[in-house]
Amino acid sequence: MAKVKGEIVVNTERCKGCQLCVPVCKENVIAMSENLNGKGYHFAQSVNDECNGCINCALVCPDGAITVYRVKLNESLKAAS
Amino acid sequence: MPDTITREEICQPENMIYCRTPLLTDAPLSYCPGCGHGTAHRLIMEVIEEMNLQADTIGVAPVGCSVLAYDFLDIDMQQAAHGRAPAVATGIKRLMPDKFVFTYQGDGDLAAIGTGETIHACNRGENITIFFVNNGIYGMTGGQMAPTTLPNMKTATSPFGRDVQTMGYPLKITELIAMLPGTYFVSRQSVHTPANVRKAKKAIEKAISYQKLNKGLSFVEIVSNCNSGWKMTPLESNKWMEENMFSFFPLGDIKVPK
Repeated sequence: MAKVKGEIVVNTERCKGCQLCVPVCKENVIAMSENLNGKGYHFAQSVNDECNGCINCALVCPDGAITVYRVKLNESLKAAS
Repeated sequence: MPDTITREEICQPENMIYCRTPLLTDAPLSYCPGCGHGTAHRLIMEVIEEMNLQADTIGVAPVGCSVLAYDFLDIDMQQAAHGRAPAVATGIKRLMPDKFVFTYQGDGDLAAIGTGETIHACNRGENITIFFVNNGIYGMTGGQMAPTTLPNMKTATSPFGRDVQTMGYPLKITELIAMLPGTYFVSRQSVHTPANVRKAKKAIEKAISYQKLNKGLSFVEIVSNCNSGWKMTPLESNKWMEENMFSFFPLGDIKVPK
């Protein structure tokens, strides 16, 4: 069975720190940064590598700040070897 | 053979499965953090992108929080006077019947000052699509009571809660227009969870594609939060919406084509 691995990239300047993405992530990947962005919000960031690319966070983000990537692990490793 | 994959290897363009649609402009949304308007904008633009209708779509912006929608949606837009978006959309659609015409309105626009325009556009069976974002309050002007405010709900102009004896009952405009023969598809959705976002997108897809059939008006209500107006955090307001709004405004398709 192909294992999938995902990753999110948050557009930190677009993020308004509403935190809607935090509870919808079942893998607890997202947490709010202690730093502030240019608008003065604590932006969302990825804090571990458990992401499976389910896109839940990107679906609920009102500002469309999240881009999601996903790879099938076995295939990409095969290609790498 | 490597047994791990780095973040940089995953974040390649060919692995991208979801990003903000290019049909939204780069302008930062003027909405409060956590507001459902942003998600509703994105879903409409995603559907237009997927149906390849960018050049053939004309939107009509309302007065309210989404008055600046023409800044965010990268399609042809027209701004209407308060509540008059269905009348303006009627004119556009009648002059250019090949275009896809939609209005995007809030509850203060559609269900208060624009009730007459809305009901008559629906009753005439104008071949347009109306997206109605309902948050039960006048959001832009500071959280005053709207026709859709729930009984006993506190707002700036009903600080002790809406008393139905003196202030009347909330208006279920979506049920009202579903009874009219001119409407073809009427649905109520929300955008606060991933599952609801997916359902809302399906409803928006149907509402836009039914315009091709020339069978009448399609209407999609999106029940949304207004965390600033309700004086809550975005997460609290979504929870409050689930507990209070959905019992009065139940989600689902109200009128589907036979």
